[in-house]
Amino acid sequence: MSARDDVLARVRRALGPSPSAPEVPRGYHQAGASRDGDAVARFCERAAEYTATVTRCGDDALAAVLGARARAHGVTRLACPAATAWAVDGAETVPDDPPLDPRTLDSIGAVVTGSALAIADTGTVVLDGGPASGRRALSLVPDVHLCVVRAATVVWSVPDAIAALAADGARGRPVTFISGPSATSDIELQRVEGVHGPRTLEIVVVDEAP
Amino acid sequence: MSEGFPQAARAALADTQLRRNLAGATATIRARRAAAVAECDDWQELRDAAEAIKTRTMARLPELLEMLETRVTEAGGTVHWARDAAEANAAVAAVAAAHGADEVIKVKSIATDEIGLNEALAARGVRAFETDLAELINQLGDDWSSHILVPAIHRNRSEIRRLFARTIAKGRPLTDAPEELAEAARVYLRERFLSVPMAVSGANFAIAETGAVCVVESEGNGRMCTTLPRVLVTVMGIEKLLPRWRDLEVFLQILPRSATGEPMSPYTSLWTGVHPGDGPEEFHLVILDNGRTDVLADELGRQALHCIRCSACLNVCPVYTRVGGHAYGSVYPGPIGAILTPQLKGLHAAPTLPFASTLCGACLEVCPVKIDIPSVLVHLRGRVVRETRGRVTREGVMMAAVAKAFGSRRRYERAQRLARLGHGPLADQVMGRWTAMRDLPEPPAQTFRSWWRERQG
Amino acid sequence: MITCLADTLFPRAGQATVTVLEHLGCDVVFPAEQTCCGQMHGNTGYRDDGLGLARRACRVFADAERVVCPSASCVGWLRETAPMLAAAAGDDALVAELRGLAPRMRELTELIIDDLGVEDVGASFPHTVTYHPTCHSLRGLHLGERPVRLLRAVRGLQLVPLPSAEECCGFGGTFALKNADVSMAMLADKVRCVGDSGAEVATAVDGSCLMQIGGALSRQRTGVRTMHLAEILAARE
Repeated sequence: MSARDDVLARVRRALGPSPSAPEVPRGYHQAGASRDGDAVARFCERAAEYTATVTRCGDDALAAVLGARARAHGVTRLACPAATAWAVDGAETVPDDPPLDPRTLDSIGAVVTGSALAIADTGTVVLDGGPASGRRALSLVPDVHLCVVRAATVVWSVPDAIAALAADGARGRPVTFISGPSATSDIELQRVEGVHGPRTLEIVVVDEAP
Repeated sequence: MSEGFPQAARAALADTQLRRNLAGATATIRARRAAAVAECDDWQELRDAAEAIKTRTMARLPELLEMLETRVTEAGGTVHWARDAAEANAAVAAVAAAHGADEVIKVKSIATDEIGLNEALAARGVRAFETDLAELINQLGDDWSSHILVPAIHRNRSEIRRLFARTIAKGRPLTDAPEELAEAARVYLRERFLSVPMAVSGANFAIAETGAVCVVESEGNGRMCTTLPRVLVTVMGIEKLLPRWRDLEVFLQILPRSATGEPMSPYTSLWTGVHPGDGPEEFHLVILDNGRTDVLADELGRQALHCIRCSACLNVCPVYTRVGGHAYGSVYPGPIGAILTPQLKGLHAAPTLPFASTLCGACLEVCPVKIDIPSVLVHLRGRVVRETRGRVTREGVMMAAVAKAFGSRRRYERAQRLARLGHGPLADQVMGRWTAMRDLPEPPAQTFRSWWRERQG
Repeated sequence: MITCLADTLFPRAGQATVTVLEHLGCDVVFPAEQTCCGQMHGNTGYRDDGLGLARRACRVFADAERVVCPSASCVGWLRETAPMLAAAAGDDALVAELRGLAPRMRELTELIIDDLGVEDVGASFPHTVTYHPTCHSLRGLHLGERPVRLLRAVRGLQLVPLPSAEECCGFGGTFALKNADVSMAMLADKVRCVGDSGAEVATAVDGSCLMQIGGALSRQRTGVRTMHLAEILAARE
């Protein structure tokens, strides 16, 4: 018998003829639950709690704001997803086309990407490997990550985000939830920002012109 | 285990440095969890949903495992099945051999600790690099994990500095500052992330409906390992499944809040097979039994498989917080380890673990999937007594004598009289090691029942 | 139901229970056939002995309108743990007997607050008291504020908080013997907290935990006494 068939047979035998399979009570706040308040403001507040820097601006000021944030970290070159030509005032952007290898990304040291959506309750940005987010390595190897969040994509809760990402999940896109810069608490539970992922996460929330 | 829990615990209690490290760390993380949970006004409803999802998952495990296999394969991944540790290790080693990899990078994974993967790879000439900071500390120190989530919780900063100074940061000035120690690890590992062709990970969840595999982490080493190498192998126990994508909406809330006390961990990664042009070119999923079906066969004990490895039960356990993880003699320490290890490895391998608890119930109270650890402990104690002990033990004889005394009023009252004189089964039961630190109460002038009899006239 | 421990070693807790209940107008009966509820055996792995004693308890108390017991752990055993073990053992008859007992079974403070609707039992006890919520009362039976509400109504009693009150005292039945070192480490912390509370008296609703805590308080000559909650409720000092 193959290991596969053997394991499955053992599972069936262990469970017996009629294992209990209760219905799932979903009394928690589900996707689409109505909420008071401003989700975008809440997102900015929560993301800032992780010591991610959050800046909010209009569409027309985006290039200038990105430029200012890049300068704040001494960045003059940034990688960016192939499909999205970001303008960053005073800095050069290097499109991921042909794909930048990890060593190049490491030496460029900064990246600007978009995002699929963001979660207000937890201050999380979600990248989905789509045209705005780019490949996973892009937002991982460089030490500075400038991440643009469209205000219209901010949802309230984790269930809202999971529902919105269901199509990605089904399509089999890679999904990455980012909540603040990389961190460790492995030494005496003292939080240290920045281990292997970007040590600096800069979030720019863009309010589209009406 | 070479020795039982009581002996190992005694040694741990004598280590005052360990006790200080543990007490401080567990108190901190406990407070963080409490604050993160208090933010959710629907926490109990989330726990109810999580418990039911896991129970349903176990009931439907065969069809869900087959569904996962189909989805992963459709997405370009390869699925391997392993009855035991040896088969799982062989599957990983075969992938390494096929790619000529003599080094692999690893994301923290307790399943791979359980099967002894690093040692098995080393025996085949493949060196495994742990990339989680705490796992790296343990690997460099030839030490092993004492906590599910914070594996080096038993080490303080100066111990870690001394370790790094003689290993990865030789000859470089280094202080006790956690920032500097983390930076030393970053520098040491970055080159490996950029060059090693193969990675091994565990999985927090896998979604049967879509084939997605999920890893939750903080440092970014998980993202490095699951993104940069050409080949990725994930080793996952059969119990890690969730039926639907939607179920993530529950588990991505309860896991980080219970584990680190954060609303979300810094990084949660989900991938499905191979994504052309993005990440590894090859993906292998090893589905592991290694005793899990034995756990599943115990109707009461099987809930131990619902565990999502948040470690909240460790941090509140009055036993764990005093003795640490090593005393449990297993990669699964604390209350969850006390019910999981004896079931996974067999009761004979860990007969003292189900007794390593006062049944205080703190673990059940914080468990995000509502595993009734105290009830399973009591159940397993019964199994240990019935299944592992020879016919006659001193304790068994004594317990039988006491039960017999309690079995009739006449015998009970006679035993009471003897006990008051310091003899007989009742007295034997309480004297034992009691008086090392505590006084025994003075025997009262009369028992309650003689008082009652007199009163009734 | 008076626990075997109280009957044999701490009769004053039992006597006080009778006094309080009679003062509140209850008709109290002590069936002399009772011995032990089986908790120690059941929780130590001697399931069949434990269940045998639980069955015996069901029968002894078959006719009682209410079965009240001044021990949260014994109540928890008969109401929850024993039925769970009986079901796992496939003993449906015992499960049925225990289900018949459970709705009539009360821990002392449950009976006073929930059934009798009383908080002030007329006690007076002019001392400084700290209350240790035992694990079985807190996380097993979820007694919540019931014991504290009763204590607050006692005349002259000054209730002082116990630091880290919800931490286990380390008793755990046979745990105190099988894992004596860990038990003593937990007890040492508990006794330090009792000392820090500044109380003259430490009280609780479980005689077994009080035996553990009291044993160390006495050994260390702290001068702090332990008393079962019932004794305080019966006090007229």
